[in-house]
Amino acid sequence: MPAFLFKRLLNAAGVMLAVAFLAFLIFRFVGDPVELMLNEQASQAQRDALRVRLGLDKGFVMQFATFVGNALRGDFGISFRNQQDVFTLISERFPATFELVLVATFLSLAVGIPLGVYTAIRRDSLPAKALQFVSVLGVSLPSFAVGILLILLFSVTLQWLPAFGRGEVVQLGWWSTGFLTPSGRRALILPGITLSLFQITLVMRLVRAEMLETMRTDFIRFARARGLKPRAIHFRHALRNCLMPVITVTGLQIGNLIAFALVTETVFQWPGMGLLFVQAVTFVDIPVMAAYLIVVSFIFVSLNTLVDLAYAFVDPRLRDDAISGAANAR
Amino acid sequence: MKKHWLLAAVAALALGGTAEAKTLKWGAAREIASLDPYSFGETFTLSVLNHVYEGLVRYTGDLKIEPALAESWETVSPTVWRFKLRQGVKFHNGNPFTADDVIASLARVTHETSPLKGNLPAYKSSKKIDDYTVEIEVNGPYPLLLNDLTNIFIFDKEWMEANNSLLPTDSGKGVKGYATDNANGTGPFFVESRRADSKTVFAKNPNWWDKPKHNIDTIEFTPITSSSTRVAALLSGEIDFTNVAPLQDLPRLSASPDVKVLQTNELRSVFFAFNLTDKLFESDVKDKNPFKDIKVREALYRAIDIDAVQKRAMRGLSRNTGALVAPAIPGYEPSQDERLPFDLNGAKKLLADAGYPNGFSFQMNCQSDSLVNEEEFCQAVASMWSRAGLKPNLSMAPRSQQAPKRVKGDFDVISFGWANEPMIDAYSLLVQVMRSKSGTGGVFNWGNWGDPRIDALIDKAGVELDDSKRIPMMKEALKIAKAEHLFIPMHQQPMAWAMRSTVASTVQASDNKPRLWLTTMK
Repeated sequence: MPAFLFKRLLNAAGVMLAVAFLAFLIFRFVGDPVELMLNEQASQAQRDALRVRLGLDKGFVMQFATFVGNALRGDFGISFRNQQDVFTLISERFPATFELVLVATFLSLAVGIPLGVYTAIRRDSLPAKALQFVSVLGVSLPSFAVGILLILLFSVTLQWLPAFGRGEVVQLGWWSTGFLTPSGRRALILPGITLSLFQITLVMRLVRAEMLETMRTDFIRFARARGLKPRAIHFRHALRNCLMPVITVTGLQIGNLIAFALVTETVFQWPGMGLLFVQAVTFVDIPVMAAYLIVVSFIFVSLNTLVDLAYAFVDPRLRDDAISGAANAR
Repeated sequence: MKKHWLLAAVAALALGGTAEAKTLKWGAAREIASLDPYSFGETFTLSVLNHVYEGLVRYTGDLKIEPALAESWETVSPTVWRFKLRQGVKFHNGNPFTADDVIASLARVTHETSPLKGNLPAYKSSKKIDDYTVEIEVNGPYPLLLNDLTNIFIFDKEWMEANNSLLPTDSGKGVKGYATDNANGTGPFFVESRRADSKTVFAKNPNWWDKPKHNIDTIEFTPITSSSTRVAALLSGEIDFTNVAPLQDLPRLSASPDVKVLQTNELRSVFFAFNLTDKLFESDVKDKNPFKDIKVREALYRAIDIDAVQKRAMRGLSRNTGALVAPAIPGYEPSQDERLPFDLNGAKKLLADAGYPNGFSFQMNCQSDSLVNEEEFCQAVASMWSRAGLKPNLSMAPRSQQAPKRVKGDFDVISFGWANEPMIDAYSLLVQVMRSKSGTGGVFNWGNWGDPRIDALIDKAGVELDDSKRIPMMKEALKIAKAEHLFIPMHQQPMAWAMRSTVASTVQASDNKPRLWLTTMK
């Protein structure tokens, strides 16, 4: 087990290093921060001096090396635009993104699973077919369009829910939470729905497919033959056997949700990491962009590792000897 | 007894009426860089922080300079200005405002690492005469010191010392600063709380030295990046005011009974500029530069149907102009505002006369996120030039990508906008854009479009303290540029604010800066 973990950690470090390398390769094409940092009256000499002070006159290999060197010492630099510690900037915004992702994940399971079961057991009924059709829309509608539509309906026309922001938040140590105030909870609804829409569809289709598969198996037929109530068959026996892949996919998708929350965050002015990243791109804020990409790749790698570990615990066939075998194979 | 009860009720009502706190919710298009005005050279950040910090002088609602923290000033010699400071002014933390604060602030803003150093180009040194008198020495005779000082905000020296912030922050060395997250100014509002990207609360400064013209108790400043969300928030009443109302949504906003749109033209004038070096950057004419021929420049000018651009690309909201500076800018002259008429056949004939009967190709560099509807008007103009037989090759990308190419001179024609801020004087355009590149001037002269006659006038105007002589020099320089068609003037940009009926009145100056200390609520 420790060997497995160690390998995964090395793996994570490798991925993050590769991400940072690619990032610095791209940064040369995102533009010049100096033109945005200085105002129109600055002279050419001042512009050149700032470029040198920021180390932008060096080639990207040097910039990358400097970044990695500093990052190893835990120093990610300070933001060009906000003049704040990059790590503070990101950790201040992480709770907002994480709570939004949590709500979206909860919604996707709470709505997606029952819908999936329903469309599987009544698969020829009209509502089920309608749901199938709507779910195609859910996958194909871009989330900014969904967000704007929800805002127009629930904020402008009905005036039920706020169009932007996080509402009042409560500070618990370094973590800021919107779960503890009424306005904070209300603010979570629209962005939560927007972010979860794709996910709901995904879960629903996954559950449906798994259910259809399971319903054909022998033990379900046997359960039917024993005269169990359909309800018990569907939810106690069939659904349970479908949940494993759902949990895996949901776990892996959390990384995706964190990364793609960026669009939802921009639409709802949700003060999370995605909004910070969008701002950083606009102002060519290289330290923030680099650190954000590192953090997101770290989240991806750790989620993958956690899912692998969970598998090993859940499925006895993957335990102990099997794990070292799997790790060696990598 | 009954009467008393009634009186008490009326009194309570009246009290309730006056005690009701007035909060203005301001939805802006982006977040300010930080609370430190010297940390990022951005006009918008400065305009927001102007509610907290003040300069020695300030602009009135109609852009005239008036005393602020300085009560009066005089020039002791052509290069030394003496300022008498206002007495009895207190910073938000209670510290008194004195000459030491001015000197420490000037030292901070002109420090080598300050991104705002360029905002005070003529500054040489400053010294304290007594607690309420300061002398500022400039490099040479310089007429625009007051204009520059409107944007140099004054910090409290003791506060900076106590918090180790006498020097500006430096992202190169990773030097952070206390002033990035904390503020202590003399202005009409103080910072009550701040949560970046969500909300910054400014509360009324009860001890402000000036008599408030506003009746606002609290300003809640929220950036809302997405313009559709900002419009929705205004329609739903979640914000009272926005200083960036998207042009495409103005009809919808105006149609709402609770929303009022304030629309005018800002100081920024938009024009096209040419690559006037020896060779074009990307063209089928390899041996020479056609734009060096005035006939070609005139042909491009005449080929533009400005009314069509105004109607379609600018949604009828821009103001067509023949001048390179807006009417509010000293240096403007109405006679310069006449445009060459749109004349497609004339343009074709001029091109033929110049030796290009079949036109030629060139690269046109525009930015997708810089000027108002830049993408639209660049496309419109490119198609008009095509109709005249030219082959413009439009390159469109965000500012962060286009700027480096522009600075390097990798273009043949560029769209260009200049607001003459923070100076609000044509000298800004002349010295930064039109002047041939030199030690201090011509930073934005990317296409080598300088003219020795214009340079000479600029240099003379730069040291002339008498406005009655200085302004005619600038007008003369602009006249030469116009006669030579060095640039093709287009329009003054539209700007639009929108507010709900909760806001009674505000002052919308053409520098596009909200001045909420001149704003009243119902």
